[in-house]
Amino acid sequence: MAIQSPSLDLGGGAGVRATPAAQVRGYWQQVGRRLRRDPVTLVCAVVLLLIVASALAAPWLGFADPYKTSMIRRLYPVGSPNHLLGTDELGRDMLSRLIHGGRLSLFMGVTPVVCALLIGGLLGITAGFMGGRVNMLIMRIMDVFYAFPSVLLAISLSGAMGAGAENTLLSLTLVFIPPICRVSESVTTQVRGFDFVEAARASGAGTLAIVRVHVLGNVLGPILVYATSLISVAIILAAGLSFLGLGVKPPEPEWGLMLNTLRQAIYVNPLLAALPGVMIFLTSICFNLMSDGLRAAMDVKA
Amino acid sequence: MDRGGSAQPLLLARDLRKHFPIAGGLLGRATRVVRAVDDLSLSVEKGETLGVVGESGCGKSTVARLLMRLIKPDRGTMVLDGDPVDQPHGITVNELRRQVQMVFQDSYASLNPRLTIVETLAFAPKAHGLPSAEARARSRDLLAKVGLDPVHFADRYPHELSGGQRQRVNIARALALRPRLVILDEAVSALDKSVEAQVLNMLADLKSEFGLTYVFISHDLNVVQYLSDRVMVMYLGKIVEIGPVDAIYSDPQHPYTRALLSARPSMDPRKRTREAPIQGDPPNPIDPPSGCRFRTRCPFAEDVCAKAEPLLTDTGAQEVACHMRIKGSGHTRAP
Repeated sequence: MAIQSPSLDLGGGAGVRATPAAQVRGYWQQVGRRLRRDPVTLVCAVVLLLIVASALAAPWLGFADPYKTSMIRRLYPVGSPNHLLGTDELGRDMLSRLIHGGRLSLFMGVTPVVCALLIGGLLGITAGFMGGRVNMLIMRIMDVFYAFPSVLLAISLSGAMGAGAENTLLSLTLVFIPPICRVSESVTTQVRGFDFVEAARASGAGTLAIVRVHVLGNVLGPILVYATSLISVAIILAAGLSFLGLGVKPPEPEWGLMLNTLRQAIYVNPLLAALPGVMIFLTSICFNLMSDGLRAAMDVKA
Repeated sequence: MDRGGSAQPLLLARDLRKHFPIAGGLLGRATRVVRAVDDLSLSVEKGETLGVVGESGCGKSTVARLLMRLIKPDRGTMVLDGDPVDQPHGITVNELRRQVQMVFQDSYASLNPRLTIVETLAFAPKAHGLPSAEARARSRDLLAKVGLDPVHFADRYPHELSGGQRQRVNIARALALRPRLVILDEAVSALDKSVEAQVLNMLADLKSEFGLTYVFISHDLNVVQYLSDRVMVMYLGKIVEIGPVDAIYSDPQHPYTRALLSARPSMDPRKRTREAPIQGDPPNPIDPPSGCRFRTRCPFAEDVCAKAEPLLTDTGAQEVACHMRIKGSGHTRAP
């Protein structure tokens, strides 16, 4: 048939055609697809989800009272009837304390990273985008904090301000601002050098619009990945501070503090004494592996 | 839009200078400078295409960025159609940028990988206060103008496009603010030859359709000859020769221009290069030679070339900065 239907001409004189738009995928759709194909990241995400959900829902799951002590039922081994994971040195149910402990431990791990992400990210992106003297000022101040090892800095800040959950949160936030700031600064500096930022400046757009549209979308990913990897460090540091008696005070259930008080039982019942450590290990390695998986999934070029 | 009439140059730049400091020494103080652009004056006439040629590192791209004020000149003034830029009673840098736009060489790096094509194109109009829907409609029109079907391309991402398609998008982006002058900084250099030809023809069409003026920067002498009305030859941050394209290509006056033109490969074996090709690399722009900057590579260099700097002199068809063309300069070949 030599008849051509004019309704088929969608191009309106356009010269170049491409495959249909149905295959179009955004960047985040691609990242999601890659994540779904990564079994390690998926397993880690499921384990983390279980830990977080059980911690959040702990008071309503019908476990034993995590504060109720018993002089008779002290240091029951793992697998005892009624106490599936045994009891601690004061006869409190371990399973209940481990799950309740997740509330504080996760809170102490995530909150400082989120706060540091807001402050350090803002400082780092500002330093990276402005460059010059502003960059110099912000980054040199960060270098001063960098001069101290992070554990030592956290211990000395907590020690100076006194024990307690609030002070631990504050000192951990301060510890995590410099590394997040540095990562934000370096990725922002890199993005700022791209021609598309130059082109945006050439269009006469304001600094805020350029940062919002062209910089944030390209730097948030790497910064978030880095922050995820810091959560595991924060959980370990918070637990460490509690272990040293600088963090959460007894009788609150918290993994680091439980590890400390069960220390004396290590020769009596080593498996029991290791349980809080296992929880810390499991949570932090899941956060770490997940951040690795995210990093790999987000490393898309074309 | 046109204020001063066709006789008034669209863009006048006088004594533009940009020296990049090199951090060195104990406290990172600038001890030396790269003289990227040194006291350069030029005018761009309305509706013309001004070709800019020269070796890598001669300051072509710095000139482009200075004209857009992406970098601030150390000194020098600019006048856009009668309005001084960034001066009292003049126009602001932002108003300059609305009328002067630029296309970059790297088609991939100049598109935000996280934005769809239509989002990229709509960004500048939106930043200048156009409502979102209108900006997107204008972007789709522009896509059609650069030969990309908006139905298929509007919602795509840069990595899904070929190099030629991406550069079409970049050209559309430059046109989104309806500028009067477009600076094309090696805009077709990274494309393969067949795509390059298509894009060049499209640029010519767009120029007549929108009444544009081009500053076309390239190291490809054939492309510059094809597209330009006038040509400016640069060497180490200075203009060595400027004039109508026919005069420069048929009768180059400066030894550097001659060397450049003779170094260009010819399709015709009978027109093989006979003149000695240029030797060595350009001198370091940190410490350029005294007097004439080309004298270290010039076969006709004499004492006078080291002592005095040759100024641009009118030789009839074009202007040349060479002592051999300046009356009474002291050069034995001077008229």
